[in-house]
Amino acid sequence: MSDTYYNPKDLKNFKNISDWSAPLGEAFFSYYQKVFEEGALSAREKSLIALAVSHVVKCPYCIDAYTQDALKRGIEEEEMMEAVHAGAAIEAGATLVHAVQMMNKHDKLSL
Amino acid sequence: MLKSLRSRAVPLASSKHQINTLEGGDFQNATLKTFDETLKHQGAWPLKPRALDILQVNLGYMCNQTCAHCHVDAGPDRKEIMGIDTIKKVLAVAKKTGVPTLDLTGGAPEMNPHFRWLIETARAEGIKEIIVRSNLTILEANASYKTLPQFFKKHKLRIVSSLPHYSAKRTDKQRGEGVFSKSITALQKLNALGYGTNPELILDLVYNPSGAFLSADQAGLEKNFKTKLEAQFGISFNQLFCINNLPISRFLEYLIASENYETYMETLVESFNPATLSGVMCTNTLSVGWDGALYDCDFNQMLELAVDSASNHIDNFNLDRLLKRPIRVNQHCYGCTAGAGSSCQGSLT
Repeated sequence: MSDTYYNPKDLKNFKNISDWSAPLGEAFFSYYQKVFEEGALSAREKSLIALAVSHVVKCPYCIDAYTQDALKRGIEEEEMMEAVHAGAAIEAGATLVHAVQMMNKHDKLSL
Repeated sequence: MLKSLRSRAVPLASSKHQINTLEGGDFQNATLKTFDETLKHQGAWPLKPRALDILQVNLGYMCNQTCAHCHVDAGPDRKEIMGIDTIKKVLAVAKKTGVPTLDLTGGAPEMNPHFRWLIETARAEGIKEIIVRSNLTILEANASYKTLPQFFKKHKLRIVSSLPHYSAKRTDKQRGEGVFSKSITALQKLNALGYGTNPELILDLVYNPSGAFLSADQAGLEKNFKTKLEAQFGISFNQLFCINNLPISRFLEYLIASENYETYMETLVESFNPATLSGVMCTNTLSVGWDGALYDCDFNQMLELAVDSASNHIDNFNLDRLLKRPIRVNQHCYGCTAGAGSSCQGSLT
């Protein structure tokens, strides 16, 4: 057991989740592989979406994997950072839109 | 400008030191399987040649660039150049064997003083395909080199040129300041002559990763390169070849200095793809060094791993013997078998 919650080497053992539940693990990995194939969206576009979401869900394993994937695909630094900003903007927006609820409550309770 | 390992006299300039590095660490302590062991496990040991389709001739290690990843450790300070006598012997071997493709590399092959004579003679002798691996910037170097594109066209040479990215930033970081803009100018001039559009004038580009990672799918990258180069610079080309960086010479130096060596080797081993074995270039290519020595590939040449055959020099070239030789391998060979595979003609699967 590592002294920290996150260990980069654990990423390689991801497939081991199937050891405790093969049908669910295998179904997940098959689905995962299918999702990132070329489709209506290109594999390159999906890689950028995955990179943005990796940051939003704050998954260090995913950031490691999709930064490497972006490099392999020749994706440029500006594109990578813009993708992260798109994710961050939605996250910030999701927080801020709740301010309307705050304002509504404030107004309802105020003279 | 970066200097070659040789001129800096660092330990990695020695091929023996590089081989010791490749045989040590995780391979020595059996954490990772050596390439030999992997071949044995696959029932593919020893690796044997299939045919001789390509004679790849290294015309010398001199180059006008010193790229950060160069497996040749080429640069302006390298003086090894193939002489006219050796060139004549290479042409005689090409004629006698009827090898369909002569693949000229370096360094910058154009810097060999006998380059034009070699092409003219090879064409006169009817060699089917002649490839020149041009770094592009040499075509912009001075008035004499600026006439080379016309010469290439006249002799219908197939041009294969490195362009690791369609952005100046990534290309220059790997190949040197200002390389991208000169490469673009050279490509536009080649396009103006019909290269990349005329079916007889083939212009291929080579992508190799600008760091410690492998190449992605070749078709996807080619599509992207074509779209971007056309939109931004009006450039057309035929194919994009994706090549992995092999852990030798200056790329090995980078891997060690950046503390990426162990992880990179682990990635190469884990990405071993048995389907690549039937197509690896050492099975249909022979590499000739500037001094006439024979090697299984250009990488083995740089590691000074001569062919395992009594016919080991252009002076004693014997095709029958050479086709029976076992191919010499070491851990760097994982670079050609990782993922979709890698060769001077791009991915293998």
